[in-house]
Amino acid sequence: MTEASHGLGGLKYDPRKKERPQELNVFLALVLIVVVFELIGRVFMGDSFLFNTRDNVDTLFNNQRLSIIILQVSIVGIIALGVTQVIITGGIDLSSGSIVGVTAMVAMSFAQTAMVNGNPNPKAIFGEGLMDLPVLVPLLVGLVCGLVAGFINGALIAYTRIPPFIATLGMMVTARGAAKWWSKGNPISFPTEQYSAIGQGMNPVLIFVALALLFHCVMTYTRYGKHCYAIGSNEAAARMSGINVNAHKVLVYTIAGTLAALAAVVLSSKNLTAQAGMGVMYELDAIAMAVIGGISLSGGRGSILGTVLGALIFGVIISGFTFLKLDAYYQEMVKGIIIVAAVVLDQWRQRSRVRG
Amino acid sequence: MDDIVLETRGLTKRYGGVHALEDADFILRKGEHVAVVGDNGAGKSTFVRQITAVEQKSAGQILLDGREVNFAGPLEAREAGIETVFQTLALADDLDVPSNLFLGRELFRFRLGPFSILDRKQMRERTLEALKTTAVKIPNVDNPIRNMSGGQRQCVAIARTAAFASKLVIMDEPTAALGVQETAQVENIIRGLKDRGVPLILISHNLRQVFDLVDRIVVFRRGRIVASLRKDETDGNDIVSYITGVKGVAEVA
Ligand SMILES: Nc1ncnc2c1ncn2[C@@H]1O[C@H](COP(=O)(O)OP(=O)(O)OP(=O)(O)O)[C@@H](O)[C@H]1O
Ligand SMILES: [Mg+2]
Repeated sequence: MTEASHGLGGLKYDPRKKERPQELNVFLALVLIVVVFELIGRVFMGDSFLFNTRDNVDTLFNNQRLSIIILQVSIVGIIALGVTQVIITGGIDLSSGSIVGVTAMVAMSFAQTAMVNGNPNPKAIFGEGLMDLPVLVPLLVGLVCGLVAGFINGALIAYTRIPPFIATLGMMVTARGAAKWWSKGNPISFPTEQYSAIGQGMNPVLIFVALALLFHCVMTYTRYGKHCYAIGSNEAAARMSGINVNAHKVLVYTIAGTLAALAAVVLSSKNLTAQAGMGVMYELDAIAMAVIGGISLSGGRGSILGTVLGALIFGVIISGFTFLKLDAYYQEMVKGIIIVAAVVLDQWRQRSRVRG
Repeated sequence: MDDIVLETRGLTKRYGGVHALEDADFILRKGEHVAVVGDNGAGKSTFVRQITAVEQKSAGQILLDGREVNFAGPLEAREAGIETVFQTLALADDLDVPSNLFLGRELFRFRLGPFSILDRKQMRERTLEALKTTAVKIPNVDNPIRNMSGGQRQCVAIARTAAFASKLVIMDEPTAALGVQETAQVENIIRGLKDRGVPLILISHNLRQVFDLVDRIVVFRRGRIVASLRKDETDGNDIVSYITGVKGVAEVA
């Protein structure tokens, strides 16, 4: 397009010069953080963060640490994929952690075995009748839990015009209550072998990566993705252009709820037990991953790739603190500071773009 | 009387106690270009928002091709062939030019409900075509439009309208943010619509432009239509006296 090398007003324009993608900045931040931990480790601990230092293992990198990092972010990462879509439309979802709680309880109760070590299962909720069900049953029941919760979120936000913050806060409290009510506060354990297989080994990572790829394509190549960005960018314009904004919002929150439910299934399967307190604060971790990954809280900007990188940064920082043998208290505090810093950075970035 | 494209009868809009538009009787004939003028807050944009169903009218009728229409939303108005450049432009800043041009009516390679796969290549090509026919110059259509100047953004909105126009085009102050050259371009686009026989409602504060472009001028004052005058039976001073209320209620065509 050489004939368009002059913009309006006759300004010269270089078509090769493009804006640096946000994801590249996030990636550089990830590299920087790893390097900092590596340096601190070498100087103060005499150990390496990234590389293998044990003689009895023959690998270049410290594979154990790396796999722990991705494993521990993958479950919250699944939630963050949904939260990313919500934030891109200009909303927020505070209910995902509680949806994890209630879904884990409900799904687990449909996944119990009748016999444990030759004894009848003491935690049975439904009695013998609903035990040893095929794995599809707890999986689907769990997903439907999240789907319904997400649908209610979306319907409240779209049709009653309650701010997303309030609607999902209500769901956060309600779903947590439901999780406790379900088994009168007792944990539910002893899932079938099939169910426990879902979250074993590196399965959570595979599920996270597959879903990340899927939703990357959905957000980039489909009408759904395009409309998410359009609504987050300018909701009034989206309405005027004829986009069914309300229906779209319901769909977005429903998908987010369903992803939280899937995370719950994976988590309860991995832990072989479900408790009402499962997933507490996951919503904030998921939001943090998205925000660190460059998803703007004011909507319209960010990508799934950004969130995946944000999740990795999140995991590296947690793991780095363990590596430096710092107390868990510091981790919590630093987590909080990082979230605020990421949002401040986004605000600052936005202000620098505002024109007169 | 079957050459009437758009007619409103007693069109009324109230925002709570504010009577933004009252009893508007308006007629637009085939191929006719009509200007709507009036002071700030006279109700011009409100009039547009009722016709395009961005808002729901409080009372009155809207007839398209002689048949009464009750659009539930802007998409229905667009599907009926009414294209609009809103005063607020209605663009999504974070999307690129093709996405904005096709916002709400994307082209698909593969239909799958909400998850239909976009045909990005064809949308991009047709965008370049549309921009070419409208002589609008955009340096790089693949950039988000947030980085473009006010005039370029306005050109995108106008290109969108001109490219899809079928039955009727409405432009709410389309040259408000434009420089001299760009204003001339937009005026050429409007003349192109005239040649194609596409009727137009043009809202403008620029009387020179109005007299240059349209056949008839409708004056709004305090939510009411106070005059509807053929261009050759009036002049600038006459129009101004209607706008400012020096002249009162006049014959309405
Ligand atoms: N959503 C709304 N709620 C309340 N009042 C409104 C609303 N929209 C418009 N109004 C009022 O209706 C009146 C007409 O507004 P409108 O935007 O139609 O004016 P206009 O003729 O387009 O003016 P301008 O030339 O400045 O664009 C104004 O007094 C405005 O304050
Ligand atoms: Mg106006």
